Amino acid sequence: MIEVKNLTKKYGNNIAVDNLSFTIDKGKIYGFLGPNGAGKSTTMNMITGYIAATEGEVAINGFDIIRESKKAKACIGYLPEIPPLYQDMTVNEYLNFAAELKGIKKAERSKSVAEAEETMRISDVSGRLIKNLSKGYKQRVGLAQAIIGLPEILILDEPTAGLDPKQIIEIRDLIKELGEKHTIIMSSHILSEVSAVCDHIMIISKGRLAASDTAENLTKMMQPEVRLDITVRTDTKTAEEILAQVENVSEYSVVESQEQGASDAEVKYKPEFDLRDEIFRAFTEKGCSIIKMNMAEVSLEDVFLELTEGDAALYGSEGEYMQPETAEEFDEDYKKSDREKVSVESETSEQFKDGFADESDAGSETVSGTDEETYKEEDDDGNI
Amino acid sequence: MTAIFKRELKSYFHTMLGPIFIAAILVFVGIYFTAYNMVQGYPYFSVTLSGVSIILLLVVPVITMRSFAEEKRSKTDQMLLTSPLPVTHIVLGKYFSMTAVLGIAMLITCICPVIMHFYGGAALLADYVTILAFFLLGSAYIAIGMFVSSLTESQVLAAVGTFCILLVLQLIDGVASLLPGSALASYVCLFACIIFIAFLLYAMIKNMFISGIFGLICIIALTIIFFVKKTLLEGFFPDMIASLSLISRFDTIINQALDLSALIYYVSICAVFVFLTVQTIQKRRWS
Repeated sequence: MIEVKNLTKKYGNNIAVDNLSFTIDKGKIYGFLGPNGAGKSTTMNMITGYIAATEGEVAINGFDIIRESKKAKACIGYLPEIPPLYQDMTVNEYLNFAAELKGIKKAERSKSVAEAEETMRISDVSGRLIKNLSKGYKQRVGLAQAIIGLPEILILDEPTAGLDPKQIIEIRDLIKELGEKHTIIMSSHILSEVSAVCDHIMIISKGRLAASDTAENLTKMMQPEVRLDITVRTDTKTAEEILAQVENVSEYSVVESQEQGASDAEVKYKPEFDLRDEIFRAFTEKGCSIIKMNMAEVSLEDVFLELTEGDAALYGSEGEYMQPETAEEFDEDYKKSDREKVSVESETSEQFKDGFADESDAGSETVSGTDEETYKEEDDDGNI
Repeated sequence: MTAIFKRELKSYFHTMLGPIFIAAILVFVGIYFTAYNMVQGYPYFSVTLSGVSIILLLVVPVITMRSFAEEKRSKTDQMLLTSPLPVTHIVLGKYFSMTAVLGIAMLITCICPVIMHFYGGAALLADYVTILAFFLLGSAYIAIGMFVSSLTESQVLAAVGTFCILLVLQLIDGVASLLPGSALASYVCLFACIIFIAFLLYAMIKNMFISGIFGLICIIALTIIFFVKKTLLEGFFPDMIASLSLISRFDTIINQALDLSALIYYVSICAVFVFLTVQTIQKRRWS
């Protein structure tokens, strides 16, 4: 379907994409995953022929994107990072224009526009000026523009960036729906999104392909360690002392818990040992009661962090990422951040933590309606 | 191409830029027409258009500034450039939409000779040829403006840049007459020009060897001409500069001389700048 060979893009001395090669097969959803600045957008821009590669080639259905650009581009629907919308047009006018650009014949144009509007659920705003639409609707109009004329390949660059949680879930569902008929490449710097939507994940780091496999295999590949989250009623120092004595623990950390007089410990060990009983005994022997214990496998998140190590920091420096985008991510963020700092939100966060601990760690994506609502209450910017 | 043409044309009338452009031209046509043809009773329409030509300098940047600068800024060019349409069609679609706006103004202007005809014998054919020449002059200006717009992301910069270039072109006749005409002066000026072009070439292709060889060959040729056939260089540089003037060719038409070479000159200016715009956009993808 798409063949990328030794793709390289240099901006002066700066190498944005470094000798990238991969093949995209028909009928799957592919996810480009990588921190900001990893070269995802540049790669997509080269695949779609917006910019030319310094070296290497891209073939779409056997057509070279530079030499036989007309045939190659006709197979692609592209949603760039910033949707290319003409603000002074109505949605209908804009989509008609997009259809005409793609060479759809006049007789079929209004039908394909109506189809795209229906798929993206924007029929009700079709007469409105694009500049008056909200961000979520603009994103959908951008997607509608990409799917118009049903191209075989859809390339979506961060399709959920900047949307609120409800819209994110809607767009993801739409992408899954589209994946039944199209081959899709989407990029994201949000791991849970890619693992939820995509069949195949390509982790890109510093312009190179760091890994390319299914989510399951990627997790397996890293020989995950078991992670145990424990809350124990004692001070952090004692907890640390006790854990230090347990054998076969490969890593542990203890912080003060939200709960008065308790500590949260995170213990990691190799899956061949089951240390739950030993840890339990170790604590009870010292007279400390364990009030919570939860086992989780090391998630895909850690695979990602390991593979992209040394890249732009994922947590902290980028405001965008810090915004909790889904309940699970909020939960993830919460776990990783200093618990003292988020004490204000502790009550609701704690709910999520309990509710989602299992699913989120396995990297799965099920958000039930009620939790979503609770989440919205907490972080509602009213931006639908 | 028609898709882009239609969209652009609509957009000019959505954003009021088109009506303002047309109105500005028509207001000045009206003023000059009344003054020269109605009040003074001058029988040729050309003198009116000659007066209006200065207005083109002000209004052309207004419609050309947006063409590519705005697309680039708002990233809508991604949609155009990733569509199956060739870049040439994109550029032509935009170019024709702008000339169409000018064309609308010119069509309305076509009424003026008819009015004159009612007041007694107007040279209708000569008048309409002048209007055509004026339209082509405007189209050449638009091509230049579009090219400038494709170089930048800022509309303001595009407008100011276009205005400056058009102003220089307007005044170039006068400048040329100030230049010394001796063979030596021409030699020195051309020498400087060649070095400048060689540097430009180097900046564009980043190849020291080719640009160096190009510059060297040109300088050797120039020097040979200077020593072998000095008379050829006499007054060459001022003439060369003066030949860049678009407006001086319009003046010959105003003097009731149907100058076909002027029309061809305008069309070729249009073609050159459309070509350069296409190249600029293609180049942007490679850098």
